[in-house]
Amino acid sequence: MSDHDTVVSVKDVRVQFGAVKALDGVDLEIFAGETIGLVGHNGAGKSTIVNVINGALPPHEGAVSYGAQDSTTKVAKDNGVRCVFQELSLFPNLTIVENARLMHSDLGGWNWRKTAARLMREMLDEIFPNNSIQTQSAVGELSIAERQMVEIAIKFLNVTQAPKLVILDEPTSSLDATLAEQLLAHVRRYVSEGGSVLFISHILGEILSTSSRIVVMKDGKIVSSKPASEFSVQSLVETMGSVVKKSERKSARSAVQGSEQTVLHIPSGKAGGLDFNATRGEIVGLAGLGGHGQTEMLLDLFNKHCSNWVPEKQQNVAFVAGDRSLNGTFPLWSILRNLTVSNVRALARFATIDAAREDIQADEWKKRIEIRTPDIDNPILSLSGGNQQKVLFARALSGEAEIVLMDDPMRGVDIGTKQEVYNILQSEAVSGRTFIWYSTEMDEVCLCNRVYVFRDGAIVAELSGDDVTEDNILAASFSGVAA
Amino acid sequence: MTQLSFLTSKPWIWSFAAAMATWVITMLFTGGSSFVGLSQATLTFASFSIIVGLGQMLVITLGPGNIDLSVPSTITLAGTVALKLMDGQSSWLLLGFFAALAIGLAVGLSNYALIKLLRIPPIIATLSMSFIVQSSAIWYNRGLRVKPPKVLADFTTEATFGIPNLALVALALSIFVWWLLEKSVFGRWISAIGQSPFAARMAGIPVDGARLMTYVCCACFASVCGFLLASFSGGAALNMGTEYLLMSIAVVIIGGTAVTGGNSNVPGIWGASLFMFLVVSMLNTYGFGAGVRLILTGLIIITVILAASRPSARAR
Repeated sequence: MSDHDTVVSVKDVRVQFGAVKALDGVDLEIFAGETIGLVGHNGAGKSTIVNVINGALPPHEGAVSYGAQDSTTKVAKDNGVRCVFQELSLFPNLTIVENARLMHSDLGGWNWRKTAARLMREMLDEIFPNNSIQTQSAVGELSIAERQMVEIAIKFLNVTQAPKLVILDEPTSSLDATLAEQLLAHVRRYVSEGGSVLFISHILGEILSTSSRIVVMKDGKIVSSKPASEFSVQSLVETMGSVVKKSERKSARSAVQGSEQTVLHIPSGKAGGLDFNATRGEIVGLAGLGGHGQTEMLLDLFNKHCSNWVPEKQQNVAFVAGDRSLNGTFPLWSILRNLTVSNVRALARFATIDAAREDIQADEWKKRIEIRTPDIDNPILSLSGGNQQKVLFARALSGEAEIVLMDDPMRGVDIGTKQEVYNILQSEAVSGRTFIWYSTEMDEVCLCNRVYVFRDGAIVAELSGDDVTEDNILAASFSGVAA
Repeated sequence: MTQLSFLTSKPWIWSFAAAMATWVITMLFTGGSSFVGLSQATLTFASFSIIVGLGQMLVITLGPGNIDLSVPSTITLAGTVALKLMDGQSSWLLLGFFAALAIGLAVGLSNYALIKLLRIPPIIATLSMSFIVQSSAIWYNRGLRVKPPKVLADFTTEATFGIPNLALVALALSIFVWWLLEKSVFGRWISAIGQSPFAARMAGIPVDGARLMTYVCCACFASVCGFLLASFSGGAALNMGTEYLLMSIAVVIIGGTAVTGGNSNVPGIWGASLFMFLVVSMLNTYGFGAGVRLILTGLIIITVILAASRPSARAR
């Protein structure tokens, strides 16, 4: 009976961000007493479904309901839905007890500090026996692992209302093996007592050993939902992969092969990681799940090759941003100035910028890369996202830079623009430039000559030529797969 | 409609309009008799605010949080040291000038060293630097009042073709800064940094180098101002820089430079500096008491800032 109480039910939910369908008709029911493992590659819709369930994102279509019958309140929090975030949601300047108070409004009354301290102590000891965390210490003083432990304990806390569904988004990524095992044991215990857990992890071993049911997402849809016992690591990886024909990919892939001349070499920083190498004229892909060290590597590479104090004689690296508003565009400037900013030194004589040459260069690139605007002196923000992205490509390519770093630059760009840019990249690579391309999109990664797969901040696999396939990349992105 | 967009695209128009209006009102009261006197005095006194304002504007262009509060003490120290070194001898004029510049250079470098090495916000770093510089001035000066060399005193108080020499110096420096901001590579860089330091970095701009140069520039402008001010007023005084703390910031803001950075405005500095001096002399002419004068000054400044702070319609 209690086995089949619905905790959350999501019916035919659709969410769309611009042209991207983040969720495309998702049905998901979570019952009391089960652990659901949620897996999928970048952009599959994992975070979106989590946000829909915890109420942060109202679905554009479809319905979310909590509880078995139509619950009196529609708010996720009041229905016992708790979410442990990957980016910790604690306030570093407050103590653990104060953080608990903020998260639980029912933790009030006379002497709440004492109650909170007792509850937190009990909960921390229950989940992570033998921990040495002091409930009076400020969160900022704790290590990353300890913060994660506190975050988890706060979310499992039962003040006046027991949590019914706890969403764990990559909870073990900052915990060591012992702590992770303690957490998983707690999850099993909690579920056996009638709670339910939605568990997201890139470590497939954890998913298989802890979940009762595994839901696989791809392209905003649920492609499989079966009891965990029916899955193996291999079948999970296969289910996550897409069905696009492989022959199509191969023909699209760059015909160019890098020369022998090495332009970049980075020895592996972490134990167990591989070295990074790039040769002239090569397109090197960086793959893996988002946030596993790819962007950090690009930034490191850039900082190593471009001084922050003295202007470089010749700029040999260029960077194409993916998050345009973070480190790409200059919002006050025109398209022209945004395009030429990296290259003004080459356009200057006696430290004075030659306006005529600047115009010529901008016009040339406007034509070459087809920036759709009536006037290149219009503000950069008057362009669509895809065209702004083209300006950033033009900025990087108009200079002399031999190495171009790309930080997932095609995020949210329409398919037409993508094709145009792919063609330009191919021809630039033929003429000897090296591209290092971090992408969260499988199709793009498969265009590269060689691919490094990242996991937990290190390179765990190198694939080249015909080995660059979705299956191989997925297998390397999720650990728990025999290499 | 086109006229309206012309107004909004040129924020410095407002500061000039305000300066003109104040000038006319003052003229009306005096019946035109003070035409030459008032105009020359205005240009002379405005020159000092223009020179420090130019430096401050470069720093403010670097974006939110960037400001140089060590300007007044740099003015004082540069004026004090230069005059004492020259000791009234016209032959040592160049020595005094380069000593002032060296002080600017040292203050600018130390400012950025504090900001960068100790990772403290510019407002705190330059304020603490200001105490050190001011104390050095007190220690060095010890109440001495040295007269400036005759050549220098004459130069700063005389006029060429009816225009005060100081105003010509300010004009030359303004043209230089205009070139720097509008035409030079360096200006492009600091405007980029003001809009987004991270994007500027990833576009290959040497962000720290450019910021250092900007702080040095600002301190050098302040030291030049101190050198001229001390020569103009017949000797350095320990409080001579005080009024230029707020003045340097006010003329930048009233002049239409974006407080949020990335967009600066040289002509506006002129309009604002003339206006700031004229407001005080207008209220003086009308015989208001000190209290009323300060309140009215505040109100007028707020009005001009409101009028000038419409967002610009066009990208640059």
